[in-house]
Amino acid sequence: MNKTWNNKAWFLVLPVLLLVAFSAAIPLMTVVNYSVQDTFGNNEFFWAGTDWFDEILHSPRFWEALQRNLLFSFIILALEIPLGIFIALNMPKKGLGVPVCLVLMALPLLIPWNVVGTIWQVFGRVDIGLLGRVLASLGFDYNYVRDPIDAWITVIVMDVWHWTSLVVLLCYAGLVSIPDAYYQAAKIDGASRWSVFRYIQLPKMNRVLLIAVLLRFMDSFMIYTEPFVVTGGGPGNSTTFLSIDLVKMAIGQFDLGPAAAMSIVYFLIILLMSWIFYTVMTSSDADS
Amino acid sequence: MARITLDHIRHAYGPNPQSEEDYALREVDHEWNDGGAYALLGPSGCGKTTLLNIISGLLQPSHGRILFDGRDVTTLSTQARNIAQVFQFPVIYDTMTVYDNLAFPLCNRGVSEADVDRRVRDMLEIIDLSDWAKRKARGLTADQKQKISLGRGLVRNDVNAILFDEPLTVIDPHMKWVLRSQLKRLHKQFGFTMVYVTHDQTEALTFADKVVVMFEGQIVQIGTPAELFERPSHTFVGYFIGSPGMNVLPAKVEGTQITLGQESLQLGYAPDIAGRNRIEVGIRPEFIHIGREGMPATVTRVEDNGRRKIVRATFEGQPIAIVASEDTEIPAEARITFDPAAINIYADSWRVDSRAN
Amino acid sequence: MLEMRNAAKLVGGEYHIHPTNLALERGTLNVLLGPTLSGKTSLMRLMAGLDRPTSGSIHFDNVDVTGMPVQKRNIAMVYQQFINYPALTVYDNIASPMRLAGKDKASIDREVRKAAELLRLTPYLDRTPLNLSGGQQQRTALARALVKNASLVLMDEPLANLDYKLREELRAELPRIFAQSGAIFVYATTEPSEALLLGGNTATLSEGRITQFGSTIHVYRKPSDIITARTFADPPLNFMEVIKSGHELEHQGGSRMAVPSHLLHVADGPVTVAFHPHHLGFASQTADAPQLRAKTLISEITGSESFVHLEFGSTRWVMLAPGIHDIAPDADVDVFLDTRHLLAFGKDGRAITTLQAA
Repeated sequence: MNKTWNNKAWFLVLPVLLLVAFSAAIPLMTVVNYSVQDTFGNNEFFWAGTDWFDEILHSPRFWEALQRNLLFSFIILALEIPLGIFIALNMPKKGLGVPVCLVLMALPLLIPWNVVGTIWQVFGRVDIGLLGRVLASLGFDYNYVRDPIDAWITVIVMDVWHWTSLVVLLCYAGLVSIPDAYYQAAKIDGASRWSVFRYIQLPKMNRVLLIAVLLRFMDSFMIYTEPFVVTGGGPGNSTTFLSIDLVKMAIGQFDLGPAAAMSIVYFLIILLMSWIFYTVMTSSDADS
Repeated sequence: MARITLDHIRHAYGPNPQSEEDYALREVDHEWNDGGAYALLGPSGCGKTTLLNIISGLLQPSHGRILFDGRDVTTLSTQARNIAQVFQFPVIYDTMTVYDNLAFPLCNRGVSEADVDRRVRDMLEIIDLSDWAKRKARGLTADQKQKISLGRGLVRNDVNAILFDEPLTVIDPHMKWVLRSQLKRLHKQFGFTMVYVTHDQTEALTFADKVVVMFEGQIVQIGTPAELFERPSHTFVGYFIGSPGMNVLPAKVEGTQITLGQESLQLGYAPDIAGRNRIEVGIRPEFIHIGREGMPATVTRVEDNGRRKIVRATFEGQPIAIVASEDTEIPAEARITFDPAAINIYADSWRVDSRAN
Repeated sequence: MLEMRNAAKLVGGEYHIHPTNLALERGTLNVLLGPTLSGKTSLMRLMAGLDRPTSGSIHFDNVDVTGMPVQKRNIAMVYQQFINYPALTVYDNIASPMRLAGKDKASIDREVRKAAELLRLTPYLDRTPLNLSGGQQQRTALARALVKNASLVLMDEPLANLDYKLREELRAELPRIFAQSGAIFVYATTEPSEALLLGGNTATLSEGRITQFGSTIHVYRKPSDIITARTFADPPLNFMEVIKSGHELEHQGGSRMAVPSHLLHVADGPVTVAFHPHHLGFASQTADAPQLRAKTLISEITGSESFVHLEFGSTRWVMLAPGIHDIAPDADVDVFLDTRHLLAFGKDGRAITTLQAA
């Protein structure tokens, strides 16, 4: 039998392949290239081997930034996930409230990152910002430019304001897909509000929660624009996250080699952490 | 277990219902016995689910009251009515074990641990799931899940009624037989009041002591399976119960004589049709005998469904169905006879009896 | 003609469809009968070209179409869910496949009206599917499949979501509709009674394997093995383990009966016999019908008949008796078995062929 194999369809995939190559694969390879060489920018390269990796992994600056990142992501997940679930649970399930709530929730997501940063930078200023002035007039000694704790609080509140909606929308989608019969059965069984959450809503939200956690982890771990705009990494180095440090190193100091090595380490950490989250959260599905 | 009284219940989904048509459920006024097995049977949109939701407390009727054992529960929530329900699609707590699923309603009500354990083990025995007690409920088959749903209701031995909303929809034909007979045995054993909603006549008839046939928001007949079969009070019941449904033929009635086209038959009584317009004769396919004697009919098609033959024929210009046993020979020049005792007379679609005299 | 030649589907080292040989002729109705997860949908996906068999091939009119994508084959599908374009009228829904094929307006109109007439949709042509009942929606989907003039029409439990009575009506109509088309129809169902009403041919499926294929009534009356017999029986088939010696069958509980003439040739030894519930009754249908003593479990009344669930020894039986028999549970009753239709199976589960083969 002659089989006519038609491979024309592959040509249709070509534009995407090229796009991915130029946007991801080629830059990534360039970074790998830089990370093992030394250059001064005049197109002269010297082989450096794993020197840059050595340097990065032994620099306290890197470890401090990494610690800040981990702490930041932990706080963000600990705040946004429960808060997101809580809001989603209390959103109306039908009627006019649904579109209103959905639009309100989607609003922060539509604002560009740097604009969010600018808004909060102005909002929190003690001289002209609404928040800053109000807090100051209430007697709080709030100043995100001077005080590291205030700077952290500002960045965290800003991120919660910006991104909790994403968790809310995902959880809401999971919640509305639960058939009414489940709630009815729970009522008949005399289940408490907590039992309904624990045994019906949470299990049914499992999948979307995984996506929410992964997205929020990766995004918060890569945070750059907002703290850069608001605090610029300060005061001192208190809000200098890996990404900010990386840009300082690459563009501020033009240390391309170490910056490239750091990018790769950074990338691998995100990959590893995401894998851990995924494995832990899907492990409950595997039994039975 | 409780006696259920439906006291002049009507329900409309929209506000300010004007005419009869605005009611999804027209007036229902009945009393259902404690320990009875009732089936609500009808096509989709007939109001059977509305009535079930009123009993379960999910809906409050626009008019009328509902009473359990004489106690008005119209405004009580589902929870407070103390009922159990098995839904169309199995509702189980995925993350719990089979044992915990059954223990859940008891634990919620603060039953002592020893008591819970004893009752859950008994129930596992009754629904044949003892070997699965420690398994997560997620991986079970549809029929096992439905048994858990049922068990969750039965384990609370004080429920007023158990409601079933087309519980066998997702069950394979073979398992349907097993589940149905198990359910019926449980009913005989425990004697709880059961209300079972379905569009499937076989399920309704085999399950219930009394079948409530509903059509366009109305109860058209409540009766035992035999009554519904032999004396359908409305042509809709005749059509809806039995496969194929009852043959309904236009006729003329004078005294005890019925005229169907060229043919005439004698009835044992004179039906009371004074002042009625449309007169019809209803006869079930099972009560028409096909052979070489009787009135001529033209056979158009014979369907052999293994157990019996369904003969489609034309009689006096009307299509009729006849049921014959698998060994019956269908002659080319077929003739048919009606079993006179099985003939029902309908005037304007409602069955009429003999003149009261 | 659609032919599967040793076609199999292996997923993760497990056969979803065991190597299958099957030939379906043009203008026939073929029922795939089996319980949930027996492989009906997988088999249809192979036929349609939605899935590629992992081994073997699929031929259409002797042309190898293995691996040819579904768009290139002239196939129509109808699903359990009512799938129509919600924004289009019934008319436009039915017309859609022909418009895609670029047919001229006049012939589209003619075809749509013909299909609508056949499926009794003419009064609803201007409505949108959301304003139709379930039965009308599914008839619209059927009409769309028919006008496509496909050479293969696959239907996956198309009536499962409909009311019982509607199902009954459509079932009676379908053979008439199919008869007017020259296509190969494949119809999946879990219900034996549906297969019997549709007629045509039936392939019984069990665990990804076709256990028998043949004319529906033949498969029902002469199942080739126990699995087929079980699959194709609703109400369920009853079984009895007996020892044949000479002219007698003996059950271990002590009951004896004469061997019916069609089983006289069977070699002596253990035999599994099976019979349908309506071959068991309170009254004897033949002079020599054996009388058996069983215990009642429960009786279900359908109005004109009763299903009596029995326990005979340790096996469970269902008896379908005419009339109304409301019998108390756990009572001893005597029942008669009509042995003329007795099926017999050997140790390996294969049917023992009878002398008067049909």
